[in-house]
Amino acid sequence: MAKRIEVSGLNAYYGGFLAVENVSMTIEPRSVTAFIGPSGCGKSTFLRTLNRMHEVIPGARVEGRVMLDQQDLYGERIDPVAVRRVVGMVFQRPNPFPTMSIYDNVAAGLKLNGVKRKNELDGIVENSLKGANLWNEVKDRLDKPGAGLSGGQQQRLCIARAIAVQPQVLLMDEPCSALDPISTLAIEDLIAQLKSQYTIVIVTHNMQQAARVSDRTAFFNIAGTGKPGKLIELDETSKIFTNPTEKATEDYITGRFG
Amino acid sequence: MSAPTLSPKRGLPGGQAIPATSGMRRLKDNIVLVAVYVAFALAVIPLASVLYKIISEGVQVLSADFFLRSMNGIGGRDAGGGIYHAMIGTLEQVALASAISIPVAVLTAVYLVEYGQGNRLSKVISFFVDVMTGIPSIVAGLFVLAFWILVLGFEVSGFAGALALAVLMIPTVVRSAEEMLKLVPNDLREASYALGVPRWRTITRVVLPTAFTGIITGIMLAVARVMGETAPLLLTIWVTKVINFNPFDGAQSSLPTYIWEQAGDPNQVAVDRAWGAALALIFIIMVLNFGARLLARRTSIR
Amino acid sequence: MTSIDDVRTRAVGAQRQRRAMSTGRRGDRIFRSAALGSGVFVLVIMAAIAAFLVWKAIPALQENEANFFTATEWNANGDPPRFGVAQLAFGTVMSAAMALIMATPVAIGIALFIGFYAPRRLAEGLGFVVDLLAAVPSIIYGLWGLHFLVTNSQGVVEFLNGVLGWIPLFAGDSVGGQSIFIGSVVLAIMILPIISSITREVFLQVPTAHIEAAQALGATRWETIRLSVLPYGRSGMISAMMLGLGRALGETVAIALVLSTVAGINWHLLEPGGNTFAANIVRTFGESGEIGRSALIASGLVLFVITMVVNMAARAIVARRKEFV
Repeated sequence: MAKRIEVSGLNAYYGGFLAVENVSMTIEPRSVTAFIGPSGCGKSTFLRTLNRMHEVIPGARVEGRVMLDQQDLYGERIDPVAVRRVVGMVFQRPNPFPTMSIYDNVAAGLKLNGVKRKNELDGIVENSLKGANLWNEVKDRLDKPGAGLSGGQQQRLCIARAIAVQPQVLLMDEPCSALDPISTLAIEDLIAQLKSQYTIVIVTHNMQQAARVSDRTAFFNIAGTGKPGKLIELDETSKIFTNPTEKATEDYITGRFG
Repeated sequence: MSAPTLSPKRGLPGGQAIPATSGMRRLKDNIVLVAVYVAFALAVIPLASVLYKIISEGVQVLSADFFLRSMNGIGGRDAGGGIYHAMIGTLEQVALASAISIPVAVLTAVYLVEYGQGNRLSKVISFFVDVMTGIPSIVAGLFVLAFWILVLGFEVSGFAGALALAVLMIPTVVRSAEEMLKLVPNDLREASYALGVPRWRTITRVVLPTAFTGIITGIMLAVARVMGETAPLLLTIWVTKVINFNPFDGAQSSLPTYIWEQAGDPNQVAVDRAWGAALALIFIIMVLNFGARLLARRTSIR
Repeated sequence: MTSIDDVRTRAVGAQRQRRAMSTGRRGDRIFRSAALGSGVFVLVIMAAIAAFLVWKAIPALQENEANFFTATEWNANGDPPRFGVAQLAFGTVMSAAMALIMATPVAIGIALFIGFYAPRRLAEGLGFVVDLLAAVPSIIYGLWGLHFLVTNSQGVVEFLNGVLGWIPLFAGDSVGGQSIFIGSVVLAIMILPIISSITREVFLQVPTAHIEAAQALGATRWETIRLSVLPYGRSGMISAMMLGLGRALGETVAIALVLSTVAGINWHLLEPGGNTFAANIVRTFGESGEIGRSALIASGLVLFVITMVVNMAARAIVARRKEFV
C-alpha cells in the first residue's frame, strides 16, 4: 500500500508571500521521513502541500509537482478531496470530532467512502484501533465521546481515524508537541510499527525525536524573516545527525542556532 | 506487539494511486452548493424588491413641500401634505429615548464588565438584558400605557413614546457597550491602577475613551432600530396631523406611525405618501447603519 | 520583629493615607453605585413590565363574561365585555411557526454560504446585506407586504392551493389576498437575518482543527460541513431559531397591515383573515374604552409570557452550550 512520493520544483504561497521555495525530494515508501528546522522554515507548510491541505487556507496556492507513483497530486483532473483520502494526516493537536463517539470517530472516513455494513465497519474500526495501539484501552467504551480520552489517547484515536481509510501515506504535523513524555513514547512506538505498512512523513521540533523515529531526515531553513523556506538537505538520519554535508545543518544540529 | 494487517477491501480502480471521488458524493456536494446559492438569492430578492419599491414609489411624491408641510387640513382623498410634523416627532422622541437609555445602558455595561465580573447579580442582570432584547415592541408600548398613562395619569405625548423606545433601546446598547468594554485590554486598566489612579477615573478616563467609538457604533445601530419602531408609539403618542414641537404635551406624530396611518388608508394618494415617508425613514436608517459600519471599520483598524 | 507601637503607627499612617485619597474613594463609591443602580434598574424595568401589565389586565379579566383562553371573539368594549385569545393565539402561533419553517433553511443556507462558500471578500459584503435586511423597520415590511406582496402573489398562492390543496392548511376555495400565509412570508423575511447572523457567528466559532480533521479524511465540502460544522453548531442553530420565533411571535405592525380582519379561526391559511396578539392590539386600540384597553393589556401579558419563555429557553440553550464546549 505504501507509495513513493517524488516532489519536484515545489513552491508554496500564502497570497503573494512565497513560504516554501523550490523543494525537490524523494520520500521513500515504508519508511519514516522526518522534517526538521527552525520555526517558520516552511516544514509544516511543505507537509501540507503533500495532501493538498495547504490550499484550504484562503489565498494559499502551490506550484510544482508532487508525484505519487506516477500520478501528479496537482494534476489537472485530480480532485483534492480524493488526494486526502489517499494521503492521511495527523495534526499537532489531537482533533477528534467532539460530538462523536470513539467508534464514530474512527468510522467517520469509512462512512464517507460508502462503507455502510455494520460488521465490515466493526472489523475495520477494531483493526484500526489495534493498529493505533488503542484497542485495549477503549474497547469497552467505544460508544463514549472521543473527547473524553486523555491527550495521548486522543492523538492515537486520530491516528486510528487516519489509518482506517487505508491511506498510502501518513503525514504527521508535530504529532507529539501537545503531549506528555509517556504519551509521546507511545506515539513513537506506534510510528515504528506503522512504517512497515505506510509511507510516513513527520514534522518535528524535537531533534531527538527525529533521530529516534526516522530513517531519513530533511532539514529546512530560512535565510531570514520574510524569506522563503528552503530544503537544505535530505539524507539518512544517521548521516544528518553525525556527518551532515551542509554547514547550516551542522550548525542547527549542534544547537548553534534555532 | 505486531501491527495487524489492514488488507484493502476494495482494489483501487485502474491501478491508479488516486481513486476518483464517487459520483454520488460529488452530486451531493453540488446539490448543497446549489441549495446554498439559492438560499442566498432568496434573501437578496426581498431586500432588493423592498428597496426598489420604496425608491421607485417614494421618489414620486418627494418634493420640498413633502418635507416642509404637515397633514393639517389635508383629508384622506386630498393629494399634498407632508411629513414635517412626523419628522419633528421622530427626532424628538428618539433624542429623548437616547437621553434616557444611553446613560443607563452604558453604566449597566460598566457594572457588568468592570464591577460585576461574573458575580451572581451581574449574571442575573446579564440574563435579563438578554431576555429584554426579546421583548416584543408592542409589550413595551403596553407597559408605558399601563404605567405612565393609566396608573400615573399622564396624557399621551412624545415623551411617553420616548419611554417605550428607551425600554427597547436599553438592552441593545448594554449588549454592544459590554462587548466593547470587554475588548479593552486589561493592561490598560492595570497601567492606570499602577499610577495610583482610582478605579472610577480609570474607567472614565481610560476604559470608556478606549471603547468610545465602539460604543458609539452600537448606539447608532440602536437608534436606527428604534427609529423604525411603530407599535409602541401607536399606543403612547397617539396620532395627529398637526405640528407639535412639545414632546411633553399632547399627541405627536412620527415617521413610522405616519406610514402606518397612510398605508392603512384606502386612498391611493395616502398610500403614495406612505411610500414617500418610508423612503425618508429608510434613508435616515441606512445613513445611520452605513455610518456605524464605517466607524466600526475605522476602529477595527486601530 | 514588629512591636505593637509599630503596628499602631502603621495603622494610623494608613488611615491618614486613606483620608488623603478620600476624594478618589468617594468618587469610586458614587460611580460604583451609579453603575450598580443602572444594572438593578434594568431588573426593575423587567419586574415593572410584568407587574403593571398584570395590574392593568385585572379589571378587564374580572368583567369578562367569556372564557379568556378559549373564546374566539374579541368584543372587549361591549356590554358585557366578551373576549378571548383563542383566535389571536391561533394566528400568532400559526404565522410564527410557518415563518420559522420557511426562514430556517434559508437562513442556515445563507450562513453556510457566507461562512464556507462565498469568496472571503464577497462574504463580508454579503454579511452586510443580511445586516441591512435586519435594519429595515417592520412598518416598511408591512407596507411592502400589503401594497406589493399581497397583490403580486396571487399566482403563487393559487399554485400552492392547487398542488398542496389536499393538506387542510393549504385548502380553501377563495385563496389569495391578505392571508396568514402572506403574513408568515413577511415574518419569514424579517426573522431571516436574525437566525442567519446568529448561526453565522456560531459557525465562525467552529475550531479550524475540526474542519481540517474532516478535510484531511478526504471529505468533500458538504461532508466537512456535515461532519464538523453542523454538529458543533447544532445548539447554536436551535437557539437562533428560537430567537427568531420570539421575534415572529411579537411582531406587530407588519402583520397587522398584511392581515385582513375576519372573525373566527380559519384553518385555511391561504384564505384572507387571521389575527395575532400584537396585531389585534394596534388595530383595536384606537376605539377601545377603559375595559377594552385593559383587555388588550391582558392579551399583551399573554404574549409577553410566551415570548419570555421562548427567549429564556433560547438563552438557556446558548448558556449550556458555552459550558459544554
